[in-house]
Amino acid sequence: MSIDQVIAVNRFGLGAQPGDLAAIGSDPRGWLMRQVHGPSPAPPTELAGLPSSGEALKAYPRWIASLASSGVGTMSGAMDGMRTVEGTFREQLGPGILREVAARLAAAAATVLPFRERLVWFWANHFTVSAEKALVFALTGSFEREAIRPHVGGRFADMLLASTRHPAMLLYLDNHLSVRAGWRPQGLRASRSTAFPSPTGLNENLAREILELHTLGVNGGYTQADVTEFARVITGWTLRPTMFDLDESSPGFVFDPGRHEPGPRRLFGAIYGQDGMAQGEAVLRHLASHPATALHVATKLVRHFIADDPPPGAVAAVAKSFRDSDGHLPTVYAALLNAPEAWRQPLAKLKSPVEYVVSCLRALPGLRAAQPQVLYAILRGMGQRPFFAPSPQGWPDTAQAWSGGDALWKRIEWAGIVASRTGSGMDPLRLAIDGYGPAVGGPTRRAIERAESRQQGLALWLASPEFQRR
Amino acid sequence: MTTRRNLLHLMGASAALAGLPRLAFAVPGGRASERRLVFVFLRGGMDGLSAVPPYGDPQYAVRRGPLAVPAPGVQGGALDLDGRFGLNPNLPEMHRLYAARQLAVLHAVASPYRERSHFDAQNLVENGTAKPFGRQTGWLNLALVARAPGGERTFSGIASGGAGPSDTRSSATGSSGALGFALGPSVPLVLRGPAQIGSWSPSKLPVPDADLLERLGALYRDDPLLGRSFAVAREAQAMMESRNPGGVDSATQPVVELARAAGEILGKPDGPRVATIDFGGWDTHISQLGEYSQLTRSLRQLDRAVATLEAALGPAWRHTAVLIVTEFGRAVAPNGSGGTDHGTAGAAFVAGGAVRGGRVIADWPGLGLEALHEARDLRPTLDLRAVFKAALAAQLGLGEAAIEMEVFPDSRSTKPLTDLFV
Repeated sequence: MSIDQVIAVNRFGLGAQPGDLAAIGSDPRGWLMRQVHGPSPAPPTELAGLPSSGEALKAYPRWIASLASSGVGTMSGAMDGMRTVEGTFREQLGPGILREVAARLAAAAATVLPFRERLVWFWANHFTVSAEKALVFALTGSFEREAIRPHVGGRFADMLLASTRHPAMLLYLDNHLSVRAGWRPQGLRASRSTAFPSPTGLNENLAREILELHTLGVNGGYTQADVTEFARVITGWTLRPTMFDLDESSPGFVFDPGRHEPGPRRLFGAIYGQDGMAQGEAVLRHLASHPATALHVATKLVRHFIADDPPPGAVAAVAKSFRDSDGHLPTVYAALLNAPEAWRQPLAKLKSPVEYVVSCLRALPGLRAAQPQVLYAILRGMGQRPFFAPSPQGWPDTAQAWSGGDALWKRIEWAGIVASRTGSGMDPLRLAIDGYGPAVGGPTRRAIERAESRQQGLALWLASPEFQRR
Repeated sequence: MTTRRNLLHLMGASAALAGLPRLAFAVPGGRASERRLVFVFLRGGMDGLSAVPPYGDPQYAVRRGPLAVPAPGVQGGALDLDGRFGLNPNLPEMHRLYAARQLAVLHAVASPYRERSHFDAQNLVENGTAKPFGRQTGWLNLALVARAPGGERTFSGIASGGAGPSDTRSSATGSSGALGFALGPSVPLVLRGPAQIGSWSPSKLPVPDADLLERLGALYRDDPLLGRSFAVAREAQAMMESRNPGGVDSATQPVVELARAAGEILGKPDGPRVATIDFGGWDTHISQLGEYSQLTRSLRQLDRAVATLEAALGPAWRHTAVLIVTEFGRAVAPNGSGGTDHGTAGAAFVAGGAVRGGRVIADWPGLGLEALHEARDLRPTLDLRAVFKAALAAQLGLGEAAIEMEVFPDSRSTKPLTDLFV
């Protein structure tokens, strides 16, 4: 068993299932590349039956109607027991998110394409939508399935377009509320709730975050004027149904020419003269092929897969492959895997809480029977509640963010409880060697050997410096 | 809270640590050891023009339109401060503190940052330089290890508990006496750096058994990152052991629960003296008005959190200053969705018994179009670092050299705000 195998299965994959390391064989790079080349595989079976965004959106008018009848918006605002728009929404759609979390964790725990699954997470975090915003609550799972998964083995530009059009993104970053000056809802029921007044003009939120977070990066050379012009370009990119547009005949993305600010726009020193939706598509395709985007994406990929401080040589190589291939992602991944820095230093990355818990589920199949609400609560306590990223920037990707005292304590608590429930029947040293081979250090090996019980040995392994890293 | 005996003990411990014959107390009589500093970071960009409406400026109602908070005395009107400014009606507890001269309100305040990215803006406010990512560490952490010109520790030697050596750069395994404490599962950048930082958030899992913890301590000994975290985690757990759980509905009011924990931790005579509370949810791009808007809920939670912190600190509130700041204000004009987009200057609060409150501190630039920053945002007339510097001097006893050279480099032109603290 080689260090390259350990790196492939833990850093690029999601951790070893029993027997995984042996199955990889002598060509870890090839094992990884085969997971992302060729036609998209069928989605994981664990995700079958989860609602599409269209199905989820069908529930919105019902929810809006229930708000009106429950009197939200007219009650006095006592702090305790205050019913909120958000609270009402979560009551109605809350059970759905547990199903989503359970399915996502189960898919990650069992997948035989762990590199691909990790890339789904990476891109879903790059294009963050968060259920912190109540409206997005029922759509975060479908966002991953519809905007991210189909493009993980494709082109960046297509993923950018799919993300920007997805109802979850439009709602999360308020573009359904961004309209040309002078727009008035026509022939549609206008909202009577003070909580949802009809929009009257621009909302910059999505335009700014596309530039700053999804494409060019914050130092990518755009100005406030570019942000405002880009916001005008994507007016009309909206969805149905919404609070003031209850048409539910074809739920999902819609380009509404009535909301769109017509006319040519000047952005980044160029004129975009297209009409309608084509204008936004042209700008997004320009952004997708911009060298600043290549550098931004390359930096994030290298930070995620190689080191918190991305080695400049690896970033340059990955960015070059992005530019040369016009954002063909399998080509970009190949450049990442071919970077010598990727294989130089084992265990260079501290696992995030979700990575940590999933690697436990993979190592200990018995754990997969745990109630989803337990795993959900555990991850919440560790600071990474699934689908609830704190901001559009997504989850942090450095050890600094995940290594505070409380974060470590929660992992130790988890290791202790997992070991006491599942540890009696297994050989913890065997488990360690199966997953980390030659990367298991002497002190950890000795600690496991000298443990007072198998349970304690397992707890020591799960809380060890090695197993907390990838 | 610090008895004479206790104080002597602390002096002895820190003198041994620093290898110095005696310590120079930054504040005569050792009062520095009683002083507490809490940093509450409102992430997302609090709308200062809603939190602290300048209702006396005739341009306010004009430019804010329907989002303008009405003047005091009418339905939903502001709570008056000084005849020019008011507090949002969802901040009654903070208004009570203002009346008791324990809350100072700052306006037209901003960091040196002039772009409109949340994440760069937050990073800069926390790292203490004038650039996003200008430093990997936070200013509040550096303040805990900053040294006075003669080399003596101005703060950390005094307040650290009797738990043992408090060399904040020491190896992971020694008991640490962390002076800084983060409430929440992660430590925010402002408190990251060489000084050991405790952190705590509520847990539903059982405490691991002592033998496992001993063995893990040995296992982490050679791991600088986890070893350090482990040491502060154990200490935090010991500190929270006697804590009485419950009391606040943490499912809906997490920040209130964290505020209570912060008060209990800082209230201990030999506990930490600095705490941070992260509070997100201020990025109000839509529908700011109304009983159930995100902004209304966030303001109410803030109000409740401040009152809870006050109560939990008990007598220590008298010696406490709470800095309540955000990364930027929001644009003056509403956007097209009944919310506001990212702006520049905004409001901040300094609360506590150590504050000369009951005042609005603002060099008000006005809201006429020509007065606005880039014809769009409230123009900054006060640098947040002036507030931070004053807090470090008053509450942590830091000298000018330490503040200017180590904590906030290249910012000498920004003088500490005077007379902010008792």
